[in-house]
Amino acid sequence: MLSRVASRIYWMARYLERAENTARLVNVNTILLLDLPRNVTLGWRPLINISGSKVLFSRLFTRIDERNVVRFLISDLRNSSSLLSSLQAARENARTIRDIIPREGWEAINALYLQVQSALPAGLARHMRHDFLNEMVVHSQAITGLLAGTMLNDNGYDFLRLGRNLERGDMTSRIVDVRSENLLPEDPDTRLPFENIQWMSVLQSLSAYQGYKQRIQGPVRREAVVHFLLQDVDFPRSFAHCVREVNHCLHNLPHSKTLIKSCSGLAREVRRAPVDTMRKPELQRFIDHLQLQLGELHQQITNTYFSLQRTPPKKKKP
Amino acid sequence: MTIRWRDYKIHGFHDELIRSTGRPRPWARRLCKYFSALSDDELRNRQAASEAAIRAMGITFTVYSEKEGSIDRAWPFDIIPRVITGDEWRIVERGLRQRVRALNLFIDDIYHDRKIVKDKVFPKEILADSKNFRKQCIGVKPPRRIWAHICGSDLVRDKDGTMYVLEDNLRVPSGVSYMLENRQVMKRVFPELFEHYSIQPVDDYTAKLYDMLASISPRRRERPEIVVLTPGIYNSAYFEHSFLAQQMGAELVEGSDLVVGDDDCVYMRTITGLARVDVIYRRIDDLFIDPEVFNKESVLGVPGLMRAWLRGKVTLANAPGAGVADDKVVYAFVPQMIKYYLAEEPIIPNVETYLCIDKQQRDHVLANLDKLVVKPANESGGYGMLIGPQASSEERETFAKLIRRDPRNYIAQPLITLSTTPTLVGTHAEPRHLDLRPFILTGRDQYVTTGGLTRVALRKGSTVVNSSQGGGSKDTWIIDPEET
Repeated sequence: MLSRVASRIYWMARYLERAENTARLVNVNTILLLDLPRNVTLGWRPLINISGSKVLFSRLFTRIDERNVVRFLISDLRNSSSLLSSLQAARENARTIRDIIPREGWEAINALYLQVQSALPAGLARHMRHDFLNEMVVHSQAITGLLAGTMLNDNGYDFLRLGRNLERGDMTSRIVDVRSENLLPEDPDTRLPFENIQWMSVLQSLSAYQGYKQRIQGPVRREAVVHFLLQDVDFPRSFAHCVREVNHCLHNLPHSKTLIKSCSGLAREVRRAPVDTMRKPELQRFIDHLQLQLGELHQQITNTYFSLQRTPPKKKKP
Repeated sequence: MTIRWRDYKIHGFHDELIRSTGRPRPWARRLCKYFSALSDDELRNRQAASEAAIRAMGITFTVYSEKEGSIDRAWPFDIIPRVITGDEWRIVERGLRQRVRALNLFIDDIYHDRKIVKDKVFPKEILADSKNFRKQCIGVKPPRRIWAHICGSDLVRDKDGTMYVLEDNLRVPSGVSYMLENRQVMKRVFPELFEHYSIQPVDDYTAKLYDMLASISPRRRERPEIVVLTPGIYNSAYFEHSFLAQQMGAELVEGSDLVVGDDDCVYMRTITGLARVDVIYRRIDDLFIDPEVFNKESVLGVPGLMRAWLRGKVTLANAPGAGVADDKVVYAFVPQMIKYYLAEEPIIPNVETYLCIDKQQRDHVLANLDKLVVKPANESGGYGMLIGPQASSEERETFAKLIRRDPRNYIAQPLITLSTTPTLVGTHAEPRHLDLRPFILTGRDQYVTTGGLTRVALRKGSTVVNSSQGGGSKDTWIIDPEET
């Protein structure tokens, strides 16, 4: 398999996952704000922090308000991580590998992009937004299923799952990170007002509420949520699950010894960390560390499989 | 309204299917009867079904526009096939083989001893100014001494029914994938026609292409590594590049996927490391294949590719420099080449061509600009032409100046009135002009496509068949006479 082809499959999956996650985030925040009393000023700032684009946002907009944030995250092409930009990038990547992925896969990605593009900007209006974003999530899930059901299970599919799971694990950790900034008190014994509602919204944004409820009875509690989202390997959007998937794919790929070692190390760290008893600074340091490790994995994958700088054989010395 | 052949007007052209008003040619009788028996609704349904098949099969060509960027357009297709008899085709096929053999001998001669120049059959001056002559190729011996592995020659039929070669495309001829897909569409939409006629199949082209490319591999291996080199998705023929790669089971690569080592071998970058490449079917023009040797700005090519080719570590198809024979002045000499190298008479005639470099012929051209078509020697796609009978006197004056300034680069030909063929317009048939591009493969063996790509000018009266300019295409049938 050509390095270029592998890298395009990987990025196609990453961008598609990013678009879906962005839709989830905006959707849940919209709904959450309706449930909170007016004097609780949670607002839209956390979303900008989660997407890691504080600097760009402040360059483009003066006010952090709903209108600006939603536009920035959904339809703004100046933001390379916006939903529309991500879809555009997923589509461009898919376009160049139309012969590798099943034809229906390309057609579905193309259709999704065209549909989102034509639904904007009307889809941003509050009364339309939920349906618009929900549609996006469902469509993206359908593409995932379609590819799972039709794509050859060769290395190409491994790269697809690598991209998807690295992106997904990254997003889950960001969400836990940013939400704990607001929601975790310095002292773990204090409960903030409306905390439960907000942790519920975190779960909902990751389609994790039902799974959480099946695992853990009783009210939504932050310790259990953090544990569930980071450590429950059975939940498909948890950090631990994503890392396990990555590890699984690496086993199918050539030259992956070093990569598997890093990935297994990361899996072990996640499993053993006492996240439910961590205080805020400790948890945040830990999540920062996880994210760095994911970034490191991405870098290693790039160097091992995609790098175009690989040097050709030198002439044999006489 | 349905198709009524009595209403089909031929206007003094040669028509491929209809001999005279209301009278189909013998081998087209059954086909014409079939189509006239279809009701308006049936005709519309079949045309719609063909368009749906084209969309579903993803047959597209890419058009680049400033406004929308690059867009894929569905391939325009007409459902009434173009028919050629097996008897005629066998002769044309022999003529094409003969022609390409002579062209390959000519190119090889030009880069070696130049016997044809020494023997004064081909003038030295023409060579000296040839745009597509590559001095880097002098003395190179490509495998089997073949330079033009894939040739697409354009055939046209004049008023009197004679088939002529209009030009030979020896650089990166395109269109063959559409020939193959047109047949697929036709089989889906008119399966019953294929039951009644024995139409010679076209589908073995990609297998023949693979065999040909394998036969020119520098390494003797059972399965040499063959790749198709494309400029990328924004190229108008990208669909074809990916189609051919897929059909052959070859990798479709871009310049950045390849690298030339210090050992002068070409490698592609794969997830398991570098893999050596034996044969590159390149769909990039000479001047862009290697920034170290040709266009330094080119990002499409591969630095060092020429070095690898010169050392015989990789085979390029077509070979660099093959375009020297893709020159309309050189074209004029193909009949002489056939006689000189093969000691045979040309089987398919050239269109009569006047060379402006020759004083006598130039005077004739300048005196008859209102009757002739003037073409620059090295343009393709119909650019920079003067169609004398349709031009204004100012335009003719401009061309007279151009010819006097640079006589080497101009030729003139009488205006060929292209033949027509019935084409569906709404629910009736009207004559539209057409040409034919067969493809000739040369490696260990020679192979000619069964028929080729028929391109048709969909606009009334137009003779421009290019898909980017309102051209469409048809399935091309070669049928045996006893089948009529």
